[in-house]
Amino acid sequence: MEILLFLSSGLFLGWSLGANDAANVFGTAVGTRMIKFRTAALVCSVFVVIGATVSGAGAAHTLGKLGAVNALAGSFTVALASALTTFLMTRLKIPVSTSQAIVGAIIGWNFYSASLTDSSSLTKIMITWVACPVLSGVMAVVLFILVRFLLRVTKPHLLRLDAGTRWGLLIVGAFGSYSLGANNIANVMGVFVLDNPFHDLVLFDVIRVTGVQQLFFIGAVAIGVGVFTYSERVMKTVGSGLVRISPVPAFVIVLAQSLTLFLFASQSLEYFLASHGLPTFPLVPVSSSQAVIGAIVGLSLFKGVGIRYKVMGEISLGWAATPLMAGVVSFLLLFFMDNVFDQQVYHPVRYRLDADVIEELAARGVTDPVFVELPVQNSARKLQRTLLDQTDLSADAIAEVMDVAAVGPWEVDLAAAAPTVWEDLGLSPEQMVALRRLDGQRFDHAWQFHRALAAASESWRPRPGDLANKKWNKALKSQLSLLLRVCRVYQRHE
Amino acid sequence: MTVPLFRSSRVLEAQIDEFLDVVAEGGLVYQAGVKAYLNGDKSDFDAAIIKIDKLESKADKLSKDVESHLYRQSLIPEHRGDVLGLLENSDNIIDTTKMSLYQFSVEQPEIPAEFDAEFLKLADASAAAVDAVIVCARAFFRDSEQVKDNLYKVHHFEKEADTISDSLKRAIFASDLDLAHKIHLRYFALNVEKVSDKAQEVADRLAIYSIKRNI
Repeated sequence: MEILLFLSSGLFLGWSLGANDAANVFGTAVGTRMIKFRTAALVCSVFVVIGATVSGAGAAHTLGKLGAVNALAGSFTVALASALTTFLMTRLKIPVSTSQAIVGAIIGWNFYSASLTDSSSLTKIMITWVACPVLSGVMAVVLFILVRFLLRVTKPHLLRLDAGTRWGLLIVGAFGSYSLGANNIANVMGVFVLDNPFHDLVLFDVIRVTGVQQLFFIGAVAIGVGVFTYSERVMKTVGSGLVRISPVPAFVIVLAQSLTLFLFASQSLEYFLASHGLPTFPLVPVSSSQAVIGAIVGLSLFKGVGIRYKVMGEISLGWAATPLMAGVVSFLLLFFMDNVFDQQVYHPVRYRLDADVIEELAARGVTDPVFVELPVQNSARKLQRTLLDQTDLSADAIAEVMDVAAVGPWEVDLAAAAPTVWEDLGLSPEQMVALRRLDGQRFDHAWQFHRALAAASESWRPRPGDLANKKWNKALKSQLSLLLRVCRVYQRHE
Repeated sequence: MTVPLFRSSRVLEAQIDEFLDVVAEGGLVYQAGVKAYLNGDKSDFDAAIIKIDKLESKADKLSKDVESHLYRQSLIPEHRGDVLGLLENSDNIIDTTKMSLYQFSVEQPEIPAEFDAEFLKLADASAAAVDAVIVCARAFFRDSEQVKDNLYKVHHFEKEADTISDSLKRAIFASDLDLAHKIHLRYFALNVEKVSDKAQEVADRLAIYSIKRNI
């Protein structure tokens, strides 16, 4: 029952994501009156559901961004803070990045739980604000020149061009919706995978629907409901509020946005290019909301069309305010959950530099005489401060020390967890055999657990870190993080 | 949902093409009608009246069909108003030619032989203006940059019609005819000239529409 309550904030996050992000794929189509809102909402919802259940719930599904939050009540609160922030921005008709709301809310959790914030997540947000719109704007201009040339050569009839543009908007919108579902469902529902209340279903003796797929389906339906009920506001800002757009540029804009996301954020493309010996595009953090605004502004500047700078200013402010607001809201809500509702919003992580850890660190080339003197630390931030003050270690080395010193403990207890949990992890038969071999064992540190698994089977070993193996390693990493969550032995913090 | 979208656009394309054909044909029938009247060829003139009547009804029906089609399926939202304006004004051309021929039929103006050639030239210039503007209208749908290149022809024929009409009116009023007759003939010179004015009105609209059409 408790999980259903916790699930509600995931659904709320899904709803606000649908309300905000549908504008990125269908905003210009609806704004130019090329596609009716109801048609756009229907196509968007259907493809979001397909993307979320078919592609999002694949074998290597991840915990999503909220996976960083190590307690269910914490995930609930962080999701709620992200959802509230996104909802507020949607009310203000500002297209914002839902991912940034989530990252902001997680930073709030990090502050509350005295965990460390990966400095790269802040850099990523900044890059997304600047690089993503620029890349997308350039892409829009290039595509526009290309499309204009093609139209000059082919000279289609006005009505055929109209029909073609409609088709284009619908197809690109459908693909965009599919990726919206596939890429975001983990953020909405990923963290609830391990407490999944749904069991596998077999329909008509043929179709097997896993519990995870049902969970993701519910999340996707929430996104779809968000699209239907509340996305029209942001669509209007994107489609006609910022600048007056004609149908062909509207198509160019969504295409530019999709291509930017595909070229600069697709690991599948990177893997494909690398495995064929082709040069790859640099992967940069991108967001569809930033990309679509970048494309609109880029194209308008190129065409010399007047931009409504007031709207532009509101959007920019909204971008900056989103992570900040989500962080503050998250921190405050966590405080309430913890102190008023007495919910455990985080599991404290202890750090111990025992003999095993010091030996492991030495093997990794990180040594310092201070290590032996350090007592057990209950806070990541304190340990980091101590290491910064008392050693000459680099930031990377300190991160490594903290990684190695973190204490679980973790215990493999196959009988204790529900059988569906092992299925939901998406483990291969070989991985399952190796895990069975470790049944009953307990590990203080995550790296010891990983090492034991790797020793038990090749299926648990990372492959050499070139691009061609990136996909394998990413899936493995996701499985390991899910496994660590399942096997973690929690003690209520005193 | 999307397959009929292409199909209906093709149907609509054909209807618009047919409409423009009808208007263009109307110009030619008008020219032939005036010529038959001047030659005193009653049967040809009557045939022209019947024909223009049919063409005008057909143009009305087609433009109404296209209009309702465009609205019902919310096609070309960006240019719908322009296309409807274009159809309406083109329809005015054929209405004007029909009215003009009917007036010839009703009022039976007595045109002295010395003015025949000028009246014929005036009808030719007006019909040429109609023909040229239909070329522009077709270009608007397919290749809007071509509109600009053809508009000057419409201006040219309209100006020519103006000049002919002016010299015709001067010649009429300089003649020995009585004043009532002169006024009657001037009225018909104006009537024939009006066809080219209507073509010019469509051309003026097309000049603006084509700028909007260039993305």
